[in-house]
Amino acid sequence: MASVNAIKDDGDRTSLIYNPVVRGIVFQCVVFFGILALIYWFVQNTLDNLARAGRNISFGFLNERAGFDIGQALIPYSSDSTYTDALQVGLLNTLLVAAVGIVTATLVGFIVGIGRLSRNWLIRKICTVYVEVFRNIPPLLVIFFWYLGVLAILPQPRDSINLPFGSLLSNRGLSIPRPVWGEGAWLVGLAFVIAIAMAIFVARRASARQMATGQRLPVLWINLGLFVGLILLAMVVTGFPLSFDVPVLGAFQTSGGFAIGPEFLALYLSLSLYTASFIAEIVRAGIRGVGRGQSEAAHALGIRSGTTTRLVVIPQAMRIIVPPLTSQYLNLTKNSSLAIAVGYPDLVSVGGTILNKSGNSIQIVAIWMVVYLTISLLTSVFMNWFNTRVALVER
Amino acid sequence: MSATDFVYVRKELEQPLPPPASQHGPVHWIRTNLFASPLDSVLTIFGLLVIAYFLPPILSWVFINAQWTGSDRSVCATVAQGGVQPDGWAGACWAFVWAKFGQFMFNNYPLAERWRVILCGAMLVALIVPFLIPRAPYKALNAILLFGVLPIVGYFLFIGGTFGLRYVPTREWGGFMVTIILSYVGIVVSLPMGVLLALGRKSELPVIKMLSVIFIEMVRGVPLITVLFMATKMLPLFMPNSMKPDDFLCVLIGVSIFASAYMAEVIRGGLQAMPKGQYEGADSLGLNYWQKMRLIILPQALKLVIPGIVNTFIGLFKDTSLVYIVNMFDLLGAVRRNFSDPTWISPQTPMTGLVFAGFVFWIFCFGMSRYSIYMENRLDRGHKR
Repeated sequence: MASVNAIKDDGDRTSLIYNPVVRGIVFQCVVFFGILALIYWFVQNTLDNLARAGRNISFGFLNERAGFDIGQALIPYSSDSTYTDALQVGLLNTLLVAAVGIVTATLVGFIVGIGRLSRNWLIRKICTVYVEVFRNIPPLLVIFFWYLGVLAILPQPRDSINLPFGSLLSNRGLSIPRPVWGEGAWLVGLAFVIAIAMAIFVARRASARQMATGQRLPVLWINLGLFVGLILLAMVVTGFPLSFDVPVLGAFQTSGGFAIGPEFLALYLSLSLYTASFIAEIVRAGIRGVGRGQSEAAHALGIRSGTTTRLVVIPQAMRIIVPPLTSQYLNLTKNSSLAIAVGYPDLVSVGGTILNKSGNSIQIVAIWMVVYLTISLLTSVFMNWFNTRVALVER
Repeated sequence: MSATDFVYVRKELEQPLPPPASQHGPVHWIRTNLFASPLDSVLTIFGLLVIAYFLPPILSWVFINAQWTGSDRSVCATVAQGGVQPDGWAGACWAFVWAKFGQFMFNNYPLAERWRVILCGAMLVALIVPFLIPRAPYKALNAILLFGVLPIVGYFLFIGGTFGLRYVPTREWGGFMVTIILSYVGIVVSLPMGVLLALGRKSELPVIKMLSVIFIEMVRGVPLITVLFMATKMLPLFMPNSMKPDDFLCVLIGVSIFASAYMAEVIRGGLQAMPKGQYEGADSLGLNYWQKMRLIILPQALKLVIPGIVNTFIGLFKDTSLVYIVNMFDLLGAVRRNFSDPTWISPQTPMTGLVFAGFVFWIFCFGMSRYSIYMENRLDRGHKR
């Protein structure tokens, strides 16, 4: 800073003790070597302690047989698999709950956040109550609430609650119909991909046309028609290859369908609802942060209220919303480690089991830190890229 | 002219008419706030339906059907579950909370020694209330007592073993007392640590800056559970065999480290928001680095980020519940632990306990956030644009 540069030139006139540059270097050296010494001491102690316990810091144990079962696995896994496989299952489960949680939290958060700005007194108050309740209680408590308070006292599987579309809800979780794709299903997938490509094309053409002539095409309706038409066509050509495996009631558990365990449900609902209350506040602050003059100017130009919100307010609000939204996404991902409290096999939960079984605490904690730091870093990089795209370009 | 010519002139002014009914009063309010447009009306009706669906069951669960007194699970279970309530009954089991209140507050702290915790709690309240009231005198003395003397007194009171007090190992501590101790220590440690780390991150000395950035980003990038596991499983490994740190101390260190990193980022925001002229003005007065920071920059920067600091405190207070995962029983852990007590086990017990714990957490967090809004308004010098 200014002070350092100003005095730097007088080095020959003042004694070395009073020279800020020398002082800075000495101070840094002291701190650096102090921390180095501390780390050295830690490492020595750790090596001593490990040697006494007859262990070492190698990651070789990861190839040993795991010997425990995991309730929910997205990839093939049995107790004969290795520790590495178990950790992979855990990581995938973490990513799964984080991904669906982020989507739900964003949806709920935006709805509640906009609701808090509604002209409607009742809606405003309901949204405020929601935000104030969830922001001020620990996420772990919300998880316990769903897991022990709500899901655990649902009826037994044989008296499951019937939900729409043949879904069943009981204290063993939620069973939903599973789509079964038959012969020729790839054609439907192909139709879906083509529909996406054509939709992008239509949108591009329409906006180019509007730029050139000022005329607008009903893009939404054209694209909706494209999707429905193409997929229906593919279905008809292949003779409806889609059927549903509907869950059936059983004495102790439901069979068939796609079963979602109560652990996942509790974690997913809690993380979504908890994070949504924070996102709601971010959205509210973001929208309030857009100057009134912006929407007033838009109204003065004769732009309608809905269009103003979509084209004037939201794009500017996004600039304020995106940075804190990123940290909420990361918080949700990190909070998914609370899974260990209800036994949902996420990375921390699986790692904890391995830690207790094999005692290799240093390696497991190192793996956790590397994985979470990587996730944080990747999310930050992506969101920073997105942020530069929406950021204000000032002249 | 005689006065009689003007008898029709009014002696006093006509009172203004009340505004039309459509422009004021409850009808107008309902029109503009609830039924301003067709969409608004639909939303209002939807909101009313939501309230009608959720509110009566909640009220009946919390108040009407709730059981306030009783000595065991039978008052909170239906006949089929081995209790006295009719089939289909559902209500809060406040009797459980009442019976277990001591457990929730102190968990396994010996019954005969609990006066020590209560005494310390009373001292905390007696010191913190005047500290939070802006007009109360002797702020400096108050701060020294609260942050300097109270921890030492509390340490000797809680642990015991000296002054003729019975020794109480930390594994017998628990309940709300642990929640308060963890948050208190976390707050007291994280604020100065956060200031130092934030200054380090804004420092011009490259080594200091790098070390601060690594520390802050490493801690902020991982979940608290990982930090707690690290503190309880790895810290003992880092120490020589003769110095095995206490589990509770490990957790305290973990929580403090975690809170410090978050606090540092909040305070950095404040430092960055300071106009450059403040730094330059301090430099031109000939203040050295620490004088500049202590007298000019930090007082303004900290004031700017009071909401962020309090949010970190609230987050810390909520996060203390995670120590349950490393086998320590804070308020939530103590509540959770008592669910399996056979005397009280019933389908309604978990919900009741969790609602109670949630209420306690909520009161404290909500109180903190309201206080921060109050302080923000009070300290606002009108510089905000």
